[in-house]
Amino acid sequence: MSIAHSFFPYKILVSSSPFLFECWTTHSLQDLRQQAPIAAKVFVQRDYTSGTICQFQTKFPATLETRIDKQQFEDTIRKLNSLYAEAEKLGGRSYLEGCLACLTAYTVFLCMETHYEKVLKKIASYIQDQNDKIYAPRGLLLTDPIERGLRVVEITVFEDRSTGPGR
Amino acid sequence: MSAVMVTRKVTRKWEKLPGKNTFCCDGRVMMARQKGVFYLTLFLIVGTCALFFAFECPYLAVHLSPAVPMFAAVLFLFVVAMLLRTSFSDPGVLPRALPEEATFIEMEIEAANGSVPAGQRPPPRIRNVQINSQIVKLKYCYTCKIFRPPRASHCSICDNCVERFDHHCPWVGNCVGKRNYRYFYLFTLSLSLLTIYIFAFDIVHVVMRSVDSGFVSTLKESPGTVVEVVVCFFTLWSVVGLTGFHTYLISLNQTTNEDIKGSWSGKNRLQNPYSHKNIMKNCCEVLCGPAYPSVLDRRGLLLEKPGTPAIQSASKTSGLELQIAKAKAAAFLRKQSCDNADYSSPSSTWSSASLKERVTNVKGKSSSAKENGSTPKSKSTDHTDTNSNTKEQDPTPKEKASALKERVSCSKEKRQSSKEQGPTPKEKASGPPLASPDDLTDTLLEKERVQ
Repeated sequence: MSIAHSFFPYKILVSSSPFLFECWTTHSLQDLRQQAPIAAKVFVQRDYTSGTICQFQTKFPATLETRIDKQQFEDTIRKLNSLYAEAEKLGGRSYLEGCLACLTAYTVFLCMETHYEKVLKKIASYIQDQNDKIYAPRGLLLTDPIERGLRVVEITVFEDRSTGPGR
Repeated sequence: MSAVMVTRKVTRKWEKLPGKNTFCCDGRVMMARQKGVFYLTLFLIVGTCALFFAFECPYLAVHLSPAVPMFAAVLFLFVVAMLLRTSFSDPGVLPRALPEEATFIEMEIEAANGSVPAGQRPPPRIRNVQINSQIVKLKYCYTCKIFRPPRASHCSICDNCVERFDHHCPWVGNCVGKRNYRYFYLFTLSLSLLTIYIFAFDIVHVVMRSVDSGFVSTLKESPGTVVEVVVCFFTLWSVVGLTGFHTYLISLNQTTNEDIKGSWSGKNRLQNPYSHKNIMKNCCEVLCGPAYPSVLDRRGLLLEKPGTPAIQSASKTSGLELQIAKAKAAAFLRKQSCDNADYSSPSSTWSSASLKERVTNVKGKSSSAKENGSTPKSKSTDHTDTNSNTKEQDPTPKEKASALKERVSCSKEKRQSSKEQGPTPKEKASGPPLASPDDLTDTLLEKERVQ
């Protein structure tokens, strides 16, 4: 089985009663989520070797061998790890934030976003970007770890329909 | 065809969260179920301070300094703010594993354990991980279906796994964990200061007044003082002691749970791998570390269609999980009906590893079956017929879901035996040919989409 082209056409069924219509289109994330059957789900577990900070294992899962380059996968996970490390970094900034918040009885968090929340937004946009550019064209979908309690990076492997039934 | 308006009732995720927490203010507030002792705490603090402001403060403001009641007011507000913050916030609850994740972990465990001989208990589910040259054991939580992260523990009162679990405090009516430990510590610290402050100024007030009018008449004039002194006296010993204990724990970067269990007591050369070996650094990490966000998403929306047994989440990718779960259930039921003749024992629930093995085994061996079973696929790809097809087959998934529920309730008792007989369903999976689960998955997903 090989993916001959970088994106493969999907049929979208949009039903709005009383009539339904269809259109052929190149897939996007929306198409993937709405209609593609799921072949498997891979869960990248947490890496606790550096303690309780949020890091994920960079070990390449066997299920993805045929779908994506090992280097690309590792780059994504490493970038995610570095972003989480930035969010949880203990340094002058986090101490300042903590002291300021304590002095105001933590009411300052009602109006201000914490550093961690800002980095989480960065992570969300990074994952969206990776999905659009790298993973969706290969029929994969990364789920933001925050939706899984920061326990796993869930990678949904969609069935490749481009070559039809039988491989 | 007439337009059908589907009314959707919007529910928030907190309404469907497992565990024994209670939620208020539409999911903004999260507490344990038993809140009686929390109300007592609040009553004692507010009551004592009210008496202080009523009896002592007018006299002291005039005869000593107006700064005395002002500082007391600031301290009181800080104590109440910390108490409410500790009680109402998410302590760091870990959400339970979704069915796919739970199945994936089960498969990994079974792969690691290999085949267990029948009659023998399977080995305990433990993962060893090395943290800072120390081997830490991660235990499997059977309730949450996850391997607990280091320092996490399952609170039996709240029925949740909590990260960096310290203890469950009935006085604040909540667990104390990663997210609210610093608020808890500041609460105990500020309450100690407030108690000492009130106690001290009660004494000062009584002494100053006794000089003017005598001891007994002083007590008669301000009866509140007696109540305050009694409350403060008993509170002092417990709260100041508790603050001291937690200061000690923070300096060593330990939790109450670890201290009680003696995890890092030094025997067997066990050292705390989380400690920075520096008191200042440990204190800074615990008290001034980053403000961790809640991963529970209590106020996220859940879209529920009336009449359907399932709930579809409004979040990005989790709607697909429902479809997978349904497809698997249908595949399992179809397999059951085919195997009825020689099926000796009912399998465990559809979310078990044996089903996953069955499905993956059949998938792996059904490449030819796919070509043969292309009829359902071709039907589904024909757009003109799909609508009518799905409408005719509409009741089927629901009937199958109810049949599955009955099966689940019957098979729960035989779960143990079915797990031991794990290898047998595997062999059966490769036996009689059947409509490929892939095709069933396709058909079911098509139906769900159109609905």
